[in-house]
Amino acid sequence: MAQMNMIEAIRSGLDVLMDKDPNVVIMGEDVGYFGGVFRCTDGLQRKFGEHRVIDAPIAEGGIIGTAIGMGLNGLRPVAEIQFADYIYPGFDQVVSELARIRYRSGGDFFSPVTIRTPCGGGIRGGQTHSQSPEAIFTHISGIKVVIPSNPYDAKGLLISSIESDDPVVFFEPKRIYNGPFDGDPENPAVPWTSHPKGDVPKGYYSIPLGSAEIVEEGSELTIITYGTLVHVAQAAAKLVGVDAEIIDVRTLSPLDTTTLEESVKKTGRCLIAHEATRFSGFGAELVTTVQEACFYHLEAPIERVAGWDTPYPHAFEWQYFPGKKRIAAGIRKVMEVQ
Amino acid sequence: MARQSRLHIPHPSARPGEKPDFSYLDLSPAGSVEKPSIDVRTRDIENLSTDLVRVLDDEHHAQGEWNPNLDPEKLQIGLRWMLLNRIFDQRLWQIQRQGQISFYMESKGEEAVSIAQGMALRAGDMCFPSYRNTGLFLYRGTKLVDMMCQCLSNTRDMCKGRQLPILYHNKDANIFSISGNLGTQYPHAVGWAMASAIKGEDHIAASWLGDGATAEADFHYAITFAAVYQAPVILNIVNNQWAISTFQGFAGGERRPFAARGIGLGIPGIRVDGNDFLAVYSATLWAADRARRGGGPTIIEHVTYRGGAHSTSDDPTKYRPKDEWEAFPLGDPVERLKQHLITEGHWSEEQHQAVLDEYKEKITEAWKEARTFGTMTQGPFLDPSEMFDDVYADLPEHLIKQRREMLELES
Repeated sequence: MAQMNMIEAIRSGLDVLMDKDPNVVIMGEDVGYFGGVFRCTDGLQRKFGEHRVIDAPIAEGGIIGTAIGMGLNGLRPVAEIQFADYIYPGFDQVVSELARIRYRSGGDFFSPVTIRTPCGGGIRGGQTHSQSPEAIFTHISGIKVVIPSNPYDAKGLLISSIESDDPVVFFEPKRIYNGPFDGDPENPAVPWTSHPKGDVPKGYYSIPLGSAEIVEEGSELTIITYGTLVHVAQAAAKLVGVDAEIIDVRTLSPLDTTTLEESVKKTGRCLIAHEATRFSGFGAELVTTVQEACFYHLEAPIERVAGWDTPYPHAFEWQYFPGKKRIAAGIRKVMEVQ
Repeated sequence: MARQSRLHIPHPSARPGEKPDFSYLDLSPAGSVEKPSIDVRTRDIENLSTDLVRVLDDEHHAQGEWNPNLDPEKLQIGLRWMLLNRIFDQRLWQIQRQGQISFYMESKGEEAVSIAQGMALRAGDMCFPSYRNTGLFLYRGTKLVDMMCQCLSNTRDMCKGRQLPILYHNKDANIFSISGNLGTQYPHAVGWAMASAIKGEDHIAASWLGDGATAEADFHYAITFAAVYQAPVILNIVNNQWAISTFQGFAGGERRPFAARGIGLGIPGIRVDGNDFLAVYSATLWAADRARRGGGPTIIEHVTYRGGAHSTSDDPTKYRPKDEWEAFPLGDPVERLKQHLITEGHWSEEQHQAVLDEYKEKITEAWKEARTFGTMTQGPFLDPSEMFDDVYADLPEHLIKQRREMLELES
């Protein structure tokens, strides 16, 4: 085991797989010589060479499109899109091509591309470096969508994503690259060394896609969340003093509905939290999933806490971000219903 | 110059009722363009992107350095495949008109592109076609009955009923699945070629799109990546003058040929007579040899004419002169190769008719067989539960549930 932050864990996952499988290649903007703007691929080009860690032109559609072609020729490409906010020029290649190649060719062709991309705010990134576009991708049949919330999961899920013969969009909540974040920017930064999930095996291991994790067991309320907000939700539950069961969804698509259902049937109350905008956000899918399966177990309406339905404002980042106070208010609202 | 800015709206040289006018096409005499060695510097052959590489002259003789000097037997093979392509399309078009398939697109007038290039490439080279490359599928050995079954979306459909007619694929023959969205295959070809180079293999990739699709972002991504990494790929632009109802000027072809699109990136462009089997073959071989020896990508613009409608869903007499194809100065590729072979004493009208009869019979037989695997109205039918397969490698829980729900409603 070693102490790793999320960046180091992701790098370790890439390193381990590149050692194991010569077909794994990385392509993206600044990923090679420089090692990525967030340093996730630092040192990998020196170790594996320029043919396997490839600096790309600034053209996300080209990165994803050519990665698909590489995948069709037997490689297992990991494409890095520098910020999730930049992914849209490649969107058609994801929706119309990557997601459907297996389907439209009757199973004859597939391209196992993994797209890694940092998402989320809380880093003073303004409206073009803070978005959480995961729901746009969960709406697409044929791709899997993953968002880890800690170094241990990040490495294990990334390894599964790259090894998967299905395409995966792997979102990395950049606010928690260097440490867990309780949603209060006034508090001093906390490193991953203080968190049990900062303990990461150096070698190969994997976490299966499609399985949620119960981060904290509880009896009074189920909080379903993912990414940065897993940590914020934990802090908010503590603040309110409620015995909450906190579930980290981890894989948004395909969704582990069983874990969610069993928990809500047990607690009878449910709050869903994500950083992305609320309207048509992934929370809507989670609310429906819970409602369909647990309606007669519910003791209160399901509550949703999410980013406001505005672009991510630079100056009002902390009014926008669904922090500890907002989630705590949501928890109180669910708990008040008798 | 005008005294103020103006918005230029491109207009084709002729609309319905007007006299066809191809004076906008710059033509070079057959045999007049020099053929450079494959290790030439791009900047020294910029003329290839504006001249027109032609081998067959008006008297049907092969001329100049680009003559590939193919054996007559090989040319006969090429002609046969083009004929099969032509009459296969004719027959499937009729079948669509009879309401037996939902949709069709023919390659009429563009057969030389698929057949000559199919013959110039090697079997291990990967093709990323567009929807007017039916000839590639034929030449690489896709069975007529399999292509028909795809058009019927029946129980033997390679796409399991998931694609519009003619959006074929053939994995064993190294032909990728046709998308239906325009130009998306171009970056795939470049990525495939990059992977080939990464693995140290000498297979190259080739892709095709039309003049219209060069306006898509994917075209520009693809040529940029191809240039940056010097990918072993041939990027074909089939300039058939028309993108449904908009002429090639709407893709920016009015002031500079499409072959010159790569010049700014240092990619050589060859503007070739797309209806000249010999010229297409020769240009392709040049680009393939160059790619195989580390010379990088080549853009080939095939100057041709869309002899038919865009698809069974449009009527070209509504937007272009009825007799425009007859006035096209580069003629009909099938007729030109036929006349060349006849002129050289290697083909006859009798042989030609015999091949046509043979193929018509073959197509009729194949259609009979295809129908036994199901038609749009008569079984056997595909199992609708298969609609949930191949979305993912393994069927996830939510699709198992949805399949069950669908089957309960169907039963």
